[in-house]
Amino acid sequence: MISGAEIMVKCLEAEGVKVVFGYPGATICPFYDKIYESSIKHILVRQEQNAAHAASGYSRCSGLPGVCVATSGPGATNLITGIATAYADSVPMIAITGQVKTDLLGRDVFQEADITGACEPFVKHSYLVTKTEDLPRIFKEAFHIASTGRKGPVLIDIPMDIQTNKIEDFHYPETVNIIGYKPNTRGHAVQVRRAVEAIKKSRRPLIVSGGGVLSSGVKLKFQAFADKTKIPVISTMMGIGVMPSDSDMYLGMLGTHGKPVANRALHDADLVIVCGARLGDRAVASPDQMSENTTVIHIDIDPAEIGKNVKTEIPIVGDMKNVLNMLNEEIGDYVVPNQWQETVKNWRKSFYRIPPKFDGFVEPRALVAQLSSMLRSKAILVADVGQNQIWCANNFMIREGRFLTTGGMGTMGYSIPAAVGVKFARPSRDVVVVCGDGSFQMSMNELATIAGNNLAIKIIIMRNHRLGMVRELQDMNYGSRHSATILEGDPDFQKIAEAYGIDHAEANSNEEAEEIIKEMVKSDKPFILVCNVYPDTPSI
Amino acid sequence: MQYTLSVLVENHAGVLSKISGLFSRRGFNIDSLAVGVTSNPDVSRITIVANGDEYVVEQLEKQLNKVIPVIKVKCLTGGEFISRELILIKVHCAAAKRVEIIKTAEIMQAKIVDVAPGCVTVEYCECTNRINTLIDLLRPYGIREIVRTGTIAIDRGNTALSV
Repeated sequence: MISGAEIMVKCLEAEGVKVVFGYPGATICPFYDKIYESSIKHILVRQEQNAAHAASGYSRCSGLPGVCVATSGPGATNLITGIATAYADSVPMIAITGQVKTDLLGRDVFQEADITGACEPFVKHSYLVTKTEDLPRIFKEAFHIASTGRKGPVLIDIPMDIQTNKIEDFHYPETVNIIGYKPNTRGHAVQVRRAVEAIKKSRRPLIVSGGGVLSSGVKLKFQAFADKTKIPVISTMMGIGVMPSDSDMYLGMLGTHGKPVANRALHDADLVIVCGARLGDRAVASPDQMSENTTVIHIDIDPAEIGKNVKTEIPIVGDMKNVLNMLNEEIGDYVVPNQWQETVKNWRKSFYRIPPKFDGFVEPRALVAQLSSMLRSKAILVADVGQNQIWCANNFMIREGRFLTTGGMGTMGYSIPAAVGVKFARPSRDVVVVCGDGSFQMSMNELATIAGNNLAIKIIIMRNHRLGMVRELQDMNYGSRHSATILEGDPDFQKIAEAYGIDHAEANSNEEAEEIIKEMVKSDKPFILVCNVYPDTPSI
Repeated sequence: MQYTLSVLVENHAGVLSKISGLFSRRGFNIDSLAVGVTSNPDVSRITIVANGDEYVVEQLEKQLNKVIPVIKVKCLTGGEFISRELILIKVHCAAAKRVEIIKTAEIMQAKIVDVAPGCVTVEYCECTNRINTLIDLLRPYGIREIVRTGTIAIDRGNTALSV
């Protein structure tokens, strides 16, 4: 005989799960009792939302679905923001929640919450398990759904008696058969041919790379395609890192907070190939950002994204990996017209401008621009949300590493817990967090997780005593009435670091900050660097 | 424009809420929704009548297809199809008006299913337009109560929607 809780652990093992992030509670105790004796490492976070963010960071850097666990009621509801973040960012994740016993369901008992109902808009799929026998099939399906098609979070809500009930035998299914779920990953050959014809006819083609290129794991082939065809590339926030920042073909991030040259390119292009991007309002705020006659080719694994935000002439549904192979073959040795190449070359010259410095402060954009050269080439930068995110998105000179941020949901407090997950996925890489003093305080409780597991995560706090991005909005649109954007009562972050036993330093100039960074990357311990930033430093 | 969509779904608890939630969440307007099991007991068929432009209906179909327990989505509008609703109408009916009301029902091929002093109940199974016509004809007598199902619909001819 085998209990539901044992089955849950065995399912995770069968899926090759090495680490889960979570927070226990009464209704998930049977599972915690079994994971205690398993080979799977459990990382105790300090709030459930951060378990989901850690699972997201883990997933984005390992390519495997991240797993987070919480108890019923408040534990489960705390997960929601993390689940919604993974959903908006298309990150594969399995969220496991305990639930009250099946005979108590719906009676509003202690720590009961209808979490499958509450998460409905934010999950790719969800299960409320009603029979222990169903657990293996549900786990198999959940991992399959989360990690195929357009990736996303799947929630499994498991009542306590389902975990304690025993059944005869455990057998993990080898295949899944979900009649309504057969994502189309192969691109349509005729559409690809039409796309290539259109590209060859165009004079100023442009690629927009999105997060889909990264989740398809096709980065290097994508770079080779751009290099071969000389089609310039701009990227959405989620697509940053698809191209190395120093590539001649790369013109930076588009959108409200993007690079002027990227937006200029989008405006001037007569053909745009959108690759794995949904082009939300922050990327293309209004249709007039593109010329009316621009031909749009949209490649996406999710047919619902095509034509949703931008009018599309040639839709191609499929996995980037397959579609790119087909495009590559079909396009042969095509190279874009010389004139467009020259234009792009000229734009590249104004790609990076040195921002003015203020005495006694760190200039964050200049520091981020220098950061990459102080790290190893595969470094992973995790940015939070707000001005720090924009400074990083536009100035971090990415090489072979990754840039992680929540471009879809924009959840403040993401960076520190996500970095925890990243470090478990890629322990040998440099992992650096850049956050603001606002976002740091949203998840500084996770310093305990970092210290407790001695994770060599380097945290750079850009302190301006403001909620900088909202304050900037207030300056532009609300007559500089700084309603609730001045951070009063901030603690001394160095003392906070001290309390957790984490090494720390403070910098008031870029020279000082760079000296400290060079030292901090050498150690295999966590580090907090507080950079004092001039409060009026703009986002762009 | 009004669209009629047929959706085949896995016959599980919770599927209906996933679908109706999708409509409100994405700001789509539903005129009616009807659910029932098909010849295959594992599969239910949902008929949705919705209003919107081409963009809305395209999005609707795509978003419905993304719901995991949704097996198939077909927009019937565009082809020829038969649609039916069932309605029960309780009408005020003084003894003097009874024959008149019964005659009206007969002309429309509706059935009288209950008669009591002061009222009659009419049952009618037809397409939305004809049902509305009957309501208009009965309104002058004084309608006390209306119960109406959602629309169900099926393709004309040999085409059949199945898993």
